Amino acid sequence: MAEAHPVGFQWVVEAKKRGARIIHVDPRFTRTSALAHQHVPIRVGSDIAFLGGIINYVLQNELDFREYVVNYTNAANIVSEDFQDADDLDGLFSGFDTETRTYDPTSWQFAQEDDQGDLGPAQADDAGDSAEQRNTASGLQNEAHGMQVGSRPPRDETLQHPRCVYQVLKRHYARYTPEVVEQVCGVSQEDFLEVCRAWTENSGRERTTALVYSVGWTQHSVGVQYIRAGAILQLLTGNVGRPGGGIMALRGHASIQGSTDIPTLFNILPGYLPMPNAEKHQTLTEWIDAVRNPGSKGFWANAGAYGINLLKAYWGDAATPDNDFCFDYMPRITGDHGTYRTVLDMIDGKVKGYFLLGQNPAVGSAHGRAQRLGMANLDWVVVRDLFEIESATFWKDSPEVATGEIVPEECRTEVFLFPAASHVEKEGTFTQTQRMLQWREKAVEPPGDARSELWFFYHLGRMLRERLAGSEDERDRPLLDLAWDYPMHGDPEQVSSGWGEPSAEAVLKEINGYEVATGRPLSGFLEMKDDGSTLGGCWIYSGVYADGVNQAARRKSRHDQSFVASEWGWAWPMNRRILYNRASADPEGRPWSERKAYVWWDEDKQEWTGDDVPDFEKTKPPSYRAPEGSDGVAAIEGVDPFIMQGDGKGALYAPQGLIDGPLPTHYEPVESPFRNLLHGQQANPTRKEYRRADNPMNPDPRSPGAAEVFPFVFTTSRLTEHHTAGGMSRYVEHLAELQPEMFVEVSPELAAERGLEHMGWCHVITARSAIEGRVLVTERLRPLRVEGRTVHQVWMPYHWGQGGLVAGDSANDLFGISLDPNVLIQESKVGTCDVRPGRRPTGPALREYVEGYARRAGVLDGSEGPVVTASAAAQRESAAAQDGDDQHAPHQREDQ
Amino acid sequence: MIGRNSLFGPLDPAPDAGYADAPPRKGFFTDTSVCIGCKACEVACKEWNDVPENLFQMLGTSYDNSHSLNANQWRHVAFIERPGRAPAPDQPAVPTTPPVDIGMPTVGAPPSDVPDEAKPDFQWLMSSDVCKHCTHAACLDVCPTGSLFRSEFGTVVVQDDICNGCGYCVAACPYGVIDRRKGPDGDPRVGIAQKCTLCYDRLTDNQRPACAQACPTESIQFGDVEELRERASARVATLHEQGVMDARLYGNDPEDGVGGTGAFFLLLDEPEVYGLPPDPVVTTKDLPRMYQRAAMAAAAMLAGAAVSFVRRKP
Repeated sequence: MAEAHPVGFQWVVEAKKRGARIIHVDPRFTRTSALAHQHVPIRVGSDIAFLGGIINYVLQNELDFREYVVNYTNAANIVSEDFQDADDLDGLFSGFDTETRTYDPTSWQFAQEDDQGDLGPAQADDAGDSAEQRNTASGLQNEAHGMQVGSRPPRDETLQHPRCVYQVLKRHYARYTPEVVEQVCGVSQEDFLEVCRAWTENSGRERTTALVYSVGWTQHSVGVQYIRAGAILQLLTGNVGRPGGGIMALRGHASIQGSTDIPTLFNILPGYLPMPNAEKHQTLTEWIDAVRNPGSKGFWANAGAYGINLLKAYWGDAATPDNDFCFDYMPRITGDHGTYRTVLDMIDGKVKGYFLLGQNPAVGSAHGRAQRLGMANLDWVVVRDLFEIESATFWKDSPEVATGEIVPEECRTEVFLFPAASHVEKEGTFTQTQRMLQWREKAVEPPGDARSELWFFYHLGRMLRERLAGSEDERDRPLLDLAWDYPMHGDPEQVSSGWGEPSAEAVLKEINGYEVATGRPLSGFLEMKDDGSTLGGCWIYSGVYADGVNQAARRKSRHDQSFVASEWGWAWPMNRRILYNRASADPEGRPWSERKAYVWWDEDKQEWTGDDVPDFEKTKPPSYRAPEGSDGVAAIEGVDPFIMQGDGKGALYAPQGLIDGPLPTHYEPVESPFRNLLHGQQANPTRKEYRRADNPMNPDPRSPGAAEVFPFVFTTSRLTEHHTAGGMSRYVEHLAELQPEMFVEVSPELAAERGLEHMGWCHVITARSAIEGRVLVTERLRPLRVEGRTVHQVWMPYHWGQGGLVAGDSANDLFGISLDPNVLIQESKVGTCDVRPGRRPTGPALREYVEGYARRAGVLDGSEGPVVTASAAAQRESAAAQDGDDQHAPHQREDQ
Repeated sequence: MIGRNSLFGPLDPAPDAGYADAPPRKGFFTDTSVCIGCKACEVACKEWNDVPENLFQMLGTSYDNSHSLNANQWRHVAFIERPGRAPAPDQPAVPTTPPVDIGMPTVGAPPSDVPDEAKPDFQWLMSSDVCKHCTHAACLDVCPTGSLFRSEFGTVVVQDDICNGCGYCVAACPYGVIDRRKGPDGDPRVGIAQKCTLCYDRLTDNQRPACAQACPTESIQFGDVEELRERASARVATLHEQGVMDARLYGNDPEDGVGGTGAFFLLLDEPEVYGLPPDPVVTTKDLPRMYQRAAMAAAAMLAGAAVSFVRRKP
């Protein structure tokens, strides 16, 4: 955190000054460790084993916050008797289809009181085709929704029923003992137990613990399950929805939260509405119902209003009830359109053009060679950036030019480089990890031709519309009917010539939403109507422009208001600073303790009140119980804090929506020198793979010779001095000089073993590439004992490329493409490698060198070992729990 | 105005320099126990003061690639990897050369009385160094042009449009801080003495110096020296209570060789570990005595000459 988020780390330092004990769990000793009381080195990629160990510690010692757990989580729910745990099936859960490598989640469901095996309509929709969901990143209705469960699963609040979630959880993690953690993670039992004690002693009525992670944690083939494991632990210890608790993702750039809320992703639309699917969402009603899930609890019941307001914001007057608000204009998902699929499609010649906005995939994305070869096979690429980055110069100076794979004279890609305005040269909002929007003014005019993204896309749209004006072609209607009209400001000359800067505040007002007839800004999403009388571009942001005031621009000092600081910026939804904050009060609505009072039920006024905006219906008393047969908001009871979840409870156990299982299970990374100590199933069996000759993965540790060819583990991360792929730091002298060269950190022991000299050169090799850097021998890296033998870990920063004031090889060239099945994030924080002294070969010899390694490892043709390695008996038993119907139509099977 | 302690000993420098209504002396308290080595101070300093690049070279001294304080580096963050006690499990210890006592004086900060085994295991120390703005600043004493001057805030500032590049100050500084700019070619200030001004141009506008403003963890604290010294003593006491027995102050003592510094530090090890001199002494300390001796010699010579004439009496 001190490395990548030094400004946020000031609060950790502040807490330390006030007596907090800081423990840092990280493969290497970083600037964060330097200020921590204790550094716990861990083997990269073993985090679920570590967190599972803490969960086991909590459950075995009954240190969970019992009253919270019973009332606010699904711990008491009874799971179907068809469910079989990964622990019983060699690492597979029940319902595994070996052919598609996905699960049928039917057996994971909660038991039904009435008709066994009959899913409620809400569940049935989500229990759909997992292979299709993996392709389109649409599990959990496009990763945004709470799970859908029948409103009233049977419960045992004594938590003694053998099939209640609590007991299922307890059995699932029973093997994650301190001994196993030591064996798998390389963490001593003493260190591990100290973490366990610190976490549990600092949780409960009087105290709360926050889990803060940086997004490298998600970059694993089990990335979603890493976060799930953290969520389970935080729910068990009562740390969700309470002040000082929660789970916070420290984002990798400014407003990454914002670009998820109003997404730059292929599978979701603003406000976490799913991108319509060509097959499943043929009509507006089908699309809305897929979000709404008739029959389930919660606020998604109003999805119709959210979706229709978005369509009205896009198409304005053209969107009417008669034409389903132009729903047919929406593009549709037909399969995997993720960034890595797209890059491989570029290599295969299936993609014509590429827009890159402040992104440098030639350096920043996994498998750099594939990225660059893909870009070199396009008709055009548009790069908008502050400098001429590698993704704009790949055709003339990339490593593939040296190897002869890209010939500048023959490269057909036309590159359009547009200078972009930086964040201080344009107005707008940033949304940070707490979901808080903060408006920023333009401090200076952008230099020369540099312009904002808003300017670029507005005028691109304007020009396309002018070009198509008068077209009778039906396919041009979506563009021609767009509501594309914003007030201009800035340089009067530019405004009058039609090239002005669109007002970002006008866009914010449209995002907030307003009454179509009067233009009155909405005060919040509760005012959104599904009849076309209101429009709003992002329902969760509704309220940011309430009363016509830019609420994100508020800057009241924290010294002049309560500790929640509600009048600094604006947080979605409805300016709530802590989500699900009903959980900060006990079931009767009283604060858990005076020290942790936050939101509570005022018996006299008969309403929820407190320091924050209550995340609950204001006048619904804690004693409210839902009438039989109710659904939607009415089905949320007075003790259901998790109002967006299908049952109002925090999900210790996720009966559907996750492609890879209802509970996080330790799987080894795709590339690991170790066999999975817990199961026969080596790595995530459902992971997304692209097996092809240009994407070889290093071999499974079972294959002969694997350990000799790629014996070491490597990981990458950031240095404080540089920013991600270096586009904002390597080109700036005052930053570039701070870390002027690519380097490789190794322990003194590894240096001795491989003959590496401090400040000499070394190179690191995987089946994809070999890169070189200077050797930094440091005790900050130390070998670990794992499964009875020593493992060396190598660390590299990933900021360098061939451009900029300081050039160097790119660490991301070492990674292959292997993805988490839920959200298609790449495994780019762990791999296996070899390290050798001296510089790497150059020119065509580099490819021969790398291919020699791949050949020796037996993966030259991209045909590394099997993905499913659980025992045949376990596979058979798991498959038996599938639903009778053949859910997987052949065309939906993923390409391998 | 020449007082008893004008060249040595405790003193409030601004009034001593002749400012009638000087504001309270300003300075830095750099608390290295919370430094995270982000180098924001280095960058903020360069941006505000228009200091050009220093060197584009990886040095291999942990994460320090700025080398030292010099004309192009007015803030410098040192990174010290202090070896751990024990080798990693099942690994042979990497042989290290034991330190050799070369008989350097050990006055200054008291040596740690913490036994080795009670010290923390591997440590990564970081510290942002800067011009000390000495109470008795030798650079200022030797400057022949008046380019270096004592500001009303008690700080020492170079006026680079007056400096003639003679370099006397470079040799005079006991910390090796001030330096003549060697490059880049074309910079109008090549050859001119350069160092931290404690952002004189910001102080006159009631602004904090750029480095202190940028520091995310309040490792660099700016304020009235007197108040900072109290704060620093309290911080050391707190750290001692928390068991960090190695915490000590450096430069806060008005009785030390430079009369105390305007920029002083809380360190977690001996000053030498951070590259700081253990017992700096103002190099002009002996000037009065030297002048006195010279004057005596001159007087003696004059007297002798006079006597020789006396004997010539016819």
